[in-house]
Amino acid sequence: MSDFFSAFFDDLPQLRSGLWVTLQATVLGALLALLLSFVLGLMSVSRLLVLRGVSRVVVEFFRGTSLYIQLFWLHYAMPPLTGYELTPLLCGVVAFGLNYGAYGSEVVRGAVNSVPRAQYEAAVALNMTPLRRMRKVILPQAWVQMIPSFTNLLIQLLKCTPLLWLISAADLMTVIQQLRDRTGETLTAYMTLLVTYFVLAYALTLLMNLLERSAKRRLGLQTGAGSLLRGRSAAEAVASTAGGAR
Amino acid sequence: MNGFDWSAARDALPLVLEGFEVTLLATVLGTLVAAVLGLAIAIAGRAPSRFVTVPVRVVMEFIRSTPLLVQLVGAAALFTFVEPLTIGIVVLGIHYSTYTSEVYRAGIDGVPKGQWEACRALSLSPRRTWQAVILPQAVRNVLPALGNYAISMFKETPFLAVITVQEMVFEARKYGADHFAYTEAFTLAGLVFLVASYPTSLLMRKLEKRLGH
Repeated sequence: MSDFFSAFFDDLPQLRSGLWVTLQATVLGALLALLLSFVLGLMSVSRLLVLRGVSRVVVEFFRGTSLYIQLFWLHYAMPPLTGYELTPLLCGVVAFGLNYGAYGSEVVRGAVNSVPRAQYEAAVALNMTPLRRMRKVILPQAWVQMIPSFTNLLIQLLKCTPLLWLISAADLMTVIQQLRDRTGETLTAYMTLLVTYFVLAYALTLLMNLLERSAKRRLGLQTGAGSLLRGRSAAEAVASTAGGAR
Repeated sequence: MNGFDWSAARDALPLVLEGFEVTLLATVLGTLVAAVLGLAIAIAGRAPSRFVTVPVRVVMEFIRSTPLLVQLVGAAALFTFVEPLTIGIVVLGIHYSTYTSEVYRAGIDGVPKGQWEACRALSLSPRRTWQAVILPQAVRNVLPALGNYAISMFKETPFLAVITVQEMVFEARKYGADHFAYTEAFTLAGLVFLVASYPTSLLMRKLEKRLGH
């Protein structure tokens, strides 16, 4: 075990760059997914059949074909087919963004639909333009509802980042695998990796809880300090993943 | 730049479908493990002693928050004497049991309190309380959610290719490497996923409606 940790501390620069790749993939992938969630989600509550139809097809396509296939397709199949080649990290960001964007759009759709009808009617009665109605009335309320589900999706996205190892992006998993190959400390190496992911997952959950708290405050809802430390709620974990599979 | 080669796609199809059988096998057995283990965990989570419930919760939370891929690769590296497919099924099953146990928990919590009280009033043994009263009602509520997890698991079975299980994506990748036809092989595998998972998810939605969710 000491072998592993002495190698671990010798290789800190590589580890730091591996962690950086993993974090970049997570954050950039999540931002792309967030953007797509809103675009596809708002399209799916549109009054225009074309927009709803396009959104449905795109969402079902990216949810139905496995993330793993999408990533490999971008990495292996796209260059010969189109002549464009993405860097491994960018492949990851695009694949994570598309896949989780599709799942996220269902979250956006559900949250927008869950805002009480009367809110919508009041905004119409006040003669608000559709854009203003969405921005000032519907979305601020829907946003609070979305955050717990987005937290779950974000953790799932983080849990998919070791896939980068397979398309030879030098992510955290790659670096730790190299350490393991050199020291032969299989158990220690993988436990270290698992614990790192666990810590990352908890840090992200905490950040998202902070975000939820500030979003609730803006609506004037009560929030206790305890809400920060709680993990992802079980019921929400179930709802979002189950919803995701649908 | 060489476009899409239809004859390569036709060549790859039998291999991909052969791999699909392994994919299905892993999904079905993995789901079984997850369904049974998840129930056991959910019941253990309601044990009267904190010495049981707290460790169970901590371990579950750890498994749930860490990547399946790392768990698979780690297990395969540690248990080299076990067949990869077995490791794959067990790890998939354990990983998903952390999700399904939450589903069961919600289902058990959804059984009205009066049912528990009635069992006590009739002085049923704990075993009979669970078997004859609580579980039949809880399991009915959780069926659609379990089905959705099975679909999720199905889409994560390509992870097994990493530990050399010869499932669909493994075969597709091999064909792609041998014939330099990654485009055709991966497109095909993706379509098989879509064709298999979309109708199943529609079925689950129907089941959900029928059970009145």
